[in-house]
Amino acid sequence: MAITDTEVAQEHIVAPALEMRGITKRYPGVLANDHIDLKVRPGEIHALLGENGAGKSTLMNILYGLARPDEGEILLDGEVVSIAGPSDAIDRGISMVHQHFMLVPVLTVAENILLGAETMANPLFLDRSEARRRIAALGQRFGFEIDPDEEVGRLSVGWQQRVEILKALYRSAKILVLDEPTAVLTPQETTEVFAVLRRLSEEGHSVVFISHKLYEVLEIADRITVIRRGRVVGERLPSATDEDDLAELMVGREVQLVVDRGESHPGEPVLNVDQLTVQNDRGREVVHEVDFDVRAGEIFGIAGVAGNGQDELVEAITGLRRPSSGKIELLGQEITDADTRDVHELGVAFVPADRHRYGLVLSFPLTDNIVLNDYFSPPFARGPVRDDAAILEHAQRAIESFDVRTPSATVTAGTLSGGNQQKLIVAREFDRDLKLLVLDQPTRGLDVGSVEFIHKQAIAKRDAGTAVLLVSAELDEVLELSDRVGVMYRGRLVAVVDGRTAGREDVGLLMATGGREGGITPREASVETA
Amino acid sequence: MAARILRLVAVPAGAILLALLVGAIVLLVSSPLVTGGLDVTLPLRTYWALIQGSLLSVNAIVDTIVNATPLLLVGLAVGLGFKAGLFNIGGQGQFLVGALAAAGVGAAMATSSPVIAVPSALLAGVVAGAIYGFVPGFLKAYTGAHEVVTTIMLNYVAIQIVGYAVAGPLRAQGASFARTPDVLNAALPPILNQGTGHEAHLGVIIPLIVVPVIWWLLFRSTVGFEIRTVGANPDAARYAGMKPRRLIVLALTLGGLLAGLGGAIEILGRERYMAAAYSTNIGFDAITVALLGRAHPVGIVFGALLLGAMRAGAAAMQSQAGIPVQMIDLLQGVILFFLAADVVVRRIFRIRAARTGVDELQTVTRTYSGQTTAS
Amino acid sequence: MEALFDIPVLGLVIQLVVFLVDVLTRNGTIILALAAPLALGALCGVLNERSGVVNIGIEGMMLASAFVGWYVASTVNQWFPGQPSGIVFGATIPILVGVLAAIGTGMIASLLHAWLSVSLRVDQIISGTIINIIAFGVTGYVNLLISRTSQVSGGKFVPFVPPADLVELPIVGWVFRMFLQQGPITMSVIVLVIVVQILLFRSRWGLRTRAVGEHPEAAETAGIDVIRLRYKNVILGGIFAGLGGAWFTLDFGSSFENGMTNGRGFIALAALIFGRWHPVGAFGAALLFAASGSLGIAIRTTPPAGQLGEILTSIPGQVFSALPYIVTIIVLAGVVGRSIPPAAVGRPYEREGTT
Repeated sequence: MAITDTEVAQEHIVAPALEMRGITKRYPGVLANDHIDLKVRPGEIHALLGENGAGKSTLMNILYGLARPDEGEILLDGEVVSIAGPSDAIDRGISMVHQHFMLVPVLTVAENILLGAETMANPLFLDRSEARRRIAALGQRFGFEIDPDEEVGRLSVGWQQRVEILKALYRSAKILVLDEPTAVLTPQETTEVFAVLRRLSEEGHSVVFISHKLYEVLEIADRITVIRRGRVVGERLPSATDEDDLAELMVGREVQLVVDRGESHPGEPVLNVDQLTVQNDRGREVVHEVDFDVRAGEIFGIAGVAGNGQDELVEAITGLRRPSSGKIELLGQEITDADTRDVHELGVAFVPADRHRYGLVLSFPLTDNIVLNDYFSPPFARGPVRDDAAILEHAQRAIESFDVRTPSATVTAGTLSGGNQQKLIVAREFDRDLKLLVLDQPTRGLDVGSVEFIHKQAIAKRDAGTAVLLVSAELDEVLELSDRVGVMYRGRLVAVVDGRTAGREDVGLLMATGGREGGITPREASVETA
Repeated sequence: MAARILRLVAVPAGAILLALLVGAIVLLVSSPLVTGGLDVTLPLRTYWALIQGSLLSVNAIVDTIVNATPLLLVGLAVGLGFKAGLFNIGGQGQFLVGALAAAGVGAAMATSSPVIAVPSALLAGVVAGAIYGFVPGFLKAYTGAHEVVTTIMLNYVAIQIVGYAVAGPLRAQGASFARTPDVLNAALPPILNQGTGHEAHLGVIIPLIVVPVIWWLLFRSTVGFEIRTVGANPDAARYAGMKPRRLIVLALTLGGLLAGLGGAIEILGRERYMAAAYSTNIGFDAITVALLGRAHPVGIVFGALLLGAMRAGAAAMQSQAGIPVQMIDLLQGVILFFLAADVVVRRIFRIRAARTGVDELQTVTRTYSGQTTAS
Repeated sequence: MEALFDIPVLGLVIQLVVFLVDVLTRNGTIILALAAPLALGALCGVLNERSGVVNIGIEGMMLASAFVGWYVASTVNQWFPGQPSGIVFGATIPILVGVLAAIGTGMIASLLHAWLSVSLRVDQIISGTIINIIAFGVTGYVNLLISRTSQVSGGKFVPFVPPADLVELPIVGWVFRMFLQQGPITMSVIVLVIVVQILLFRSRWGLRTRAVGEHPEAAETAGIDVIRLRYKNVILGGIFAGLGGAWFTLDFGSSFENGMTNGRGFIALAALIFGRWHPVGAFGAALLFAASGSLGIAIRTTPPAGQLGEILTSIPGQVFSALPYIVTIIVLAGVVGRSIPPAAVGRPYEREGTT
């Protein structure tokens, strides 16, 4: 399983393009990196595997000069270097493509690429025509055409990522670091990006590929380093390992990769969405005549690349947004224009995608957060007067039953970890008889343990007869849990398939193309998405 | 318990101390202009005069309390706004229209029975202030116009309104300058220290009622919970079924009401009439009060007393040490500076309290660019 | 033309429009002059807010600069009395030194704002308010102290006199007069507006500034020092605020009064928002606000004939005094929300990786 001696011997012949030796970094209360060693050879695609919070981002921040290591050194082409900051890293040929794109939406492609490495016509003014020429040439070399004057905010996510890669190449990057690059891509786009990465590798660029997606890492990497809790716990060649082995390394124990969802017994339709059309904040139609229903005791998953109207659809269903036409019914009762409170009273729970925005008030204590939806009704209030004792008691009970790790019920929500914050929201939303449960990206950014917990809770609700609507950009999550899967593409529900038998590739294709032949051009991909 | 109070008070106290130090330096540097030469004793004499004029005699204490009363009310107006994530700089305008309305109605009822006249005049002030707070509240909630600019604009408009009304329809006949008639029976009668020229009028007991009411509203009622939630996280408030727009309007209207009440009390208790050129600095004073008190009603009481003391002592400061009353404005600004730069205060005094900023201020600045909170 | 005015109702409207146009062309000079502090304040705002820093302290900055400029000019004048009236714009050494002092004040006040907002990450609106309060307090205090000793003015710039041929041209003559019969600060405004506009959208500095105001994290990872650029721009913005202050006491007038800026720093902010954070747009808005301010004076001095004149002159003077502020409110209510600011404005920036 591990790397053999012959391979070790071979390594000494060619100096690694990048070597990080003994990197250690401490933050208050946590040892983020613990003597990490990493070697990346020229032209190698090296995967850095680990779950959220394992220390991958810290390591790369150090490489990129955004943080300074407490111990250890960095070598480029065999020479020890000290990286002062991002511009220094860029000068040395290290470029980073972040998980959350570092692109300025209102600026054009060219302006984004130029930023920080501006091509100048004279000491004061930019040389835009020269920039355009170079960008076109680079794009050609790596197989894609792009309009330098397009506003980046209008591009699809896949194309934005290409702009990020172009940014790196424009600066003659020799080492590209990609942080969770496929998190927001469809399987199709992932394949395309992998093709680009392979071309880069052929041309001698080294790629550090950070991910927590096991099968992707196995597919693209030449070599894999696994990190857990700040330490390197293993190095593997893809040919000599498999998903289970990697998962065990990542988590430190045998992991149930796929939760056992058991049998489901769907009943009558609970939620009925009929020809629903919704506009976004700018007045654009982002949900077009969507039709579907969710039955009691089933999990209906909506797969789709983020930004295809899912957020607005969910907001319409929960009452945060008024649809422009169509109908929403809950157990026969119309809730199309109902507000959040009415929808909630009818037995609908909502776990929002952005928990810091809709889910919690971070500066309020847990007690206030637990009763956020019910603060005005007995027993938490009598008329206009709140009953603090009743609220406290309820909060303590909920915290215990849902295993929220916290020193007390009166600390502010902001002090909780992401996983515990989500558990608090779950405690609030799940703690009653529900007709409909709406989950929007429920496990985003959570550790494996919390993910497991939430999936189990969702299945438990399903078994209790609740209709569950799951919206997630993680295709695997959708396929693992859902009985039926709908695919959203540019505001339309383009297909509904069986969750247990649908193929990943097929669903991925639907997510990427909406079912049309031949795929789409970047221009088409741009307008109307987000 | 004591430790908790200490933690809350440490930074404001430190800020005040540092500000006094800076003030002393300014006084020292400007002493040539005051006494003709460098006068090392000037800071001491100034502060001594301040203390004398605000604390060291019955008259002084009464003056402090009388000054603190409107400051408290307008401070509550600002603080309430903060709790809702709004910056109500319109205290001055709301105060002025409240005073104007009280002066007008009071003059109209000057010969009626006080039992009717006083409450009517106060009510007029309350209503006028509430309207003047409603306008920016409505604009903010339904058009996104940020209250920071609209309330300041309205302050200037209020000055014009007062100028017009007092020189025009409300003008007293035969007066040597433009002013409203005396309110006579509608005045708030003195209840303490009568005849000394440093009386306390009936109005000073009003905060005794208002402060507990506002405290209860904010921390024990559902409406108060909603207001605070809107200030802390408007999106979560929406999800919770609260109506951010209505709450914004409510917070600013209520603030205007309080400030208008402050204006009414001031006019009916002190001057008993309003001059066309009536001017006040209470808007900015109230901001200092609200920030010193961290937007909490109890803290605001203390802040108001402090500023009331400073203003009371200012007259003595001017007559005894020859320092212009604007010194108080300067000191105020420096106190605010140190409150804001609490990092500096904490480092100097080695205080380990948590950040003492007003948390809801984040919403104030975030909505600057006009993102309207829907519904 | 006058015959049209007799048509009921519509005639009044026509006459009003004609009157307004007439006021505009005849008072173009004073309108541009009154717009100068607004435009300069707006330029200060552009530099601040395009970099992501809210600055509501422009009012205080201008007031402080006005005072310091006046005080320094007057003091220098006392040390070097009897200055020959300079060649251009009546510039004398005291006045020039005063302008420099005003600019310096603007920069120092901006440094304070930058330190509070960018380094200490104090809420930016509070920071601006603090600057306003301190400025009012300090200028009021020192001004009163000084007034006890009689302080002679340091003088002010003399407006340029454009050649009569240009000014008397039909139809366009008033435009020349408007832009040329001005003191140097007012005259420089249009140039500054154009320069900043061009630099903002075509230069490297402009690109980086815009990036920092929209998405500072992206700028940082592109190698740009966000903190340093914000400091730089805020302080540069102080130059415009300082010039704006100097306008009050060295260009348009020659004496200082407490609070003489009278809210114009805030109107400048509204001009900025109305102009969608573009210098040229903000300049146009400044002209609008200035025009509304001059309307009252125009009506009183040269009212239109007939019924319209009666209606207009019967409106209390206070309405016209309040007009700029009311116009500001109306503009804000109508435009904000549709006018999209730099995305990161108001959010303090924290360097990644520093916990």
